[in-house]
Amino acid sequence: MDQYLSVKNVVKYFGKFQALNNINFDVNEGEFVCILGPSGCGKTTLLRVIAGLESQSEGTIQQNNNDISLLPPDQRDFGIVFQSYALFPNLTVKDNISFGLKTRKQNRNEIDSRVDELLKLVGLSDHINKYSAQLSGGEQQRVALARALAPSPGLLLLDEPLSALDAKVRQHLRLEIKNLQKQLGVTTIMVTHDQEEALTMADRIILMNNGVIEQEGSPQDIYSKPTTAFSANFIGTTNLFKAKKISSNSIEIHGSVLECNDNINDDVSTVTIRPEDIKISDSGEGKNILSGTIKELEFLGSNIRGHIEVNFESDKAIVLCNFAAEYIQNKNIQTNASINISLQPHAIKIVKE
Amino acid sequence: MKKSRDDYLTLFFISIIGFYILISLAFPMYAILSKSFENKDGDFIGFENYQSYFENSSLVYSIYNSLFVSIVTMVITISLAFVFAYALTKSRMAGKGVFRSIAMIPILVPSLLSGISLIYLFGKQGIFRELLMGYEIYGPIGIIIAEVFYTFPHALLIIVTALSIGDARLYEAAKVLRSKSIRTFFTVTLPSAKYGVISAAFVVFTLVITDFGIPKVIGGNYNVLAVDVYKQVIGQQNFEMGAVVSMVLVFPALIAFAVDRIVQRKQVAILTSRSVVHEPNESKTFDRIMFGYCSVISALILTILGMCLYASLVTFWPYNLTLSLKNYQFDLMDGGGWDSYYNSIRMASYTAVFGTIAVFAGAYFVEKARSLKTGRSILHLLSMMPMAIPGLVLGLAYIFFFNHPDNPLNFLYGTMAILVICTITHFYTVSHLTALTSLKQIDNEFEHVSSSLKQPFYKTFFRVTVPISLPAIFEIGIYFFVNAMTTVSAVVFLYSSKTTLASVAVLNMDDAGDIAPAAAMGMMIFYTNAAVRIVYVLITKKILVRFQNWRVKTT
Repeated sequence: MDQYLSVKNVVKYFGKFQALNNINFDVNEGEFVCILGPSGCGKTTLLRVIAGLESQSEGTIQQNNNDISLLPPDQRDFGIVFQSYALFPNLTVKDNISFGLKTRKQNRNEIDSRVDELLKLVGLSDHINKYSAQLSGGEQQRVALARALAPSPGLLLLDEPLSALDAKVRQHLRLEIKNLQKQLGVTTIMVTHDQEEALTMADRIILMNNGVIEQEGSPQDIYSKPTTAFSANFIGTTNLFKAKKISSNSIEIHGSVLECNDNINDDVSTVTIRPEDIKISDSGEGKNILSGTIKELEFLGSNIRGHIEVNFESDKAIVLCNFAAEYIQNKNIQTNASINISLQPHAIKIVKE
Repeated sequence: MKKSRDDYLTLFFISIIGFYILISLAFPMYAILSKSFENKDGDFIGFENYQSYFENSSLVYSIYNSLFVSIVTMVITISLAFVFAYALTKSRMAGKGVFRSIAMIPILVPSLLSGISLIYLFGKQGIFRELLMGYEIYGPIGIIIAEVFYTFPHALLIIVTALSIGDARLYEAAKVLRSKSIRTFFTVTLPSAKYGVISAAFVVFTLVITDFGIPKVIGGNYNVLAVDVYKQVIGQQNFEMGAVVSMVLVFPALIAFAVDRIVQRKQVAILTSRSVVHEPNESKTFDRIMFGYCSVISALILTILGMCLYASLVTFWPYNLTLSLKNYQFDLMDGGGWDSYYNSIRMASYTAVFGTIAVFAGAYFVEKARSLKTGRSILHLLSMMPMAIPGLVLGLAYIFFFNHPDNPLNFLYGTMAILVICTITHFYTVSHLTALTSLKQIDNEFEHVSSSLKQPFYKTFFRVTVPISLPAIFEIGIYFFVNAMTTVSAVVFLYSSKTTLASVAVLNMDDAGDIAPAAAMGMMIFYTNAAVRIVYVLITKKILVRFQNWRVKTT
């Protein structure tokens, strides 16, 4: 795959506040990239810089091998969908979608057939003459998408496109947008604060925090191989511990020595253990087994999350573990029960603070 | 970042509008300021004029008089308007719409018409002169009553807005906590309306201290600053002293303007988008008291207007009370005759059309343009300035600036154009703020979407922004029209024999002793403005609804 967009050393200041700090990444042609991060991390600023709605303080942006760093938005090649949809309320669905087609010297028939094609694509052919006030949120979102795609832009930018919608509609549209993007093959950058959205939709996730890129990779990699404490904590739920190096494959947490698979270099480091990687040990025998008391059981549907006060050698600490709901019910495990958990060596991962 | 075609167009239009305000406001104000430091031959003499001004005790006494009537009027108007506004927003009395419409009447007539009405009610041959118990209506009493009438709707509008934003959730919380209604009034209602009341007080103060029509008509020997300017210029042809008094008049107006701006900013801060509109509870006694109060106030307003109507139709007050249209034969009087009326209609129409275009375009660039941050802030600042300048001062400044032989714009002097320019500028700020408020409600991302779709901003402007803003655009047009019809102060120095105006004719006929025809001309202005407002209501109710069917949910 060819590299389509390339962001190099982008820095953005608002007054003295540094919103973006040396951002570098590439997007391949046809790729779906999610920029993910908590609010205020700079992800929307980054999208606006790519669109030309903000100008970067330093750095360059290349699109399709052209330097677009200094071009105003109307000379760049992109379509954008905002969280607010920004549909023109006084224009019909048809006029909204054809808004960007009119000056491109296309005749009326061509425009009409393009509008029909797009409406079919987003499944709204029956609504062609409606106004946005007459559409549901999900329908408005799809019109906004069709409008952005109408002039066949090389790059599609989505700014939190689903966050104003109900949970059910959101899940449905997630899949729809993803399929549409695959079908059209349009290079897409989506900004979101919703990790689930990013995990389900993206080919690649760029995780941001405090104006820097924390980690970049496929959803699977980001989830299973977090490189920083922030990554581990922001995506999914995890347990983080300070750890001391004992040998190249063992560490000490709160005085208890645990074996692990990672190669340990630093004397002091942070480790992450996902709740679903922690198992109950019925026998209580073997490596990396710790005893504890169940302080709370949280019902999550198919899973139950236990908050377990674990008796480390020197200290007690709460550890989150996921159990199958069936198991807890069958064994009739209650709060305040004693339990043995096993922290498998492969589940313990060293991350950067 | 490179400039796109849109950026150049934005720069072009911002420059035009900014340049217009410079020429119509900043340069003339500089001219009048420098005039106040010159002698009759045009030599710079420093503060000599100011020195002789402050040595003249009768002129200085006007400062005291002006402050006195302004502050007393402010206190009375705000008290009356607050209760009226409270009744309109927090009671469930009947006839709110009617009361509101009656309360707006004073906006539709020239301020001095209320003075004329008071002469008929309480003057030497007045119907109720005994009520004054020997006191003269000519003087502070007359000025204050007339000014209260004139400023009432201005204060009412601001306070009604301030009271309507009271958040219903706070009232519910107060109720759940079992707060007594008096306590709720002092802890919820009053604090949220506080800034509105302060702002209204300063608006009233400024209106009164800069008003010249009322004290001219009913002030008698009681001198105030605004009349002094007029007398110095028209009576004594002492332009330099006129300029000095103008500067003295600008001073309190500037302070009031500054305070109002600061307070307005705070008002915005307590308005959140989550606020819920408060629906008052029914309380029979309270509603009846409020109904009674509003009826009394409305009756007073209608009496003042009705007196003028009656006076304009009576053949010869108070000796021949048969009704006739004799007083409407303006061509037989001084003041320009019916031509003044037609001139006023033309002037008001031009002002409405060109003023609305300039204001809306200006506000659009200030609020929506993507580039030129500095240019846009400068334009906004320029747009706020006219509010601080009294009309009379602006008019006098125009004489100094446009009548200067070296000014290439000299040809404008004495034309209809200069009247239109002066009036647009005089009423620019309020219209600018109306336009800004309306534009702020429109999603800023419309402009971003259009530029991503490679469409020029003017396409979005004409196809989306203007249609959405039509109600506000009409509102601004009406505001310009009505004020252009009634204004005296801004144009009294600028009309020529070919461009006499109805409002000025009221003044001149009154001056010449033709009080009944003056009342008749004042009523013509009222009929016209009332008709325009009614047409406007019909347009917004009937026609606009048809063009704005996209606002209606039909799913």
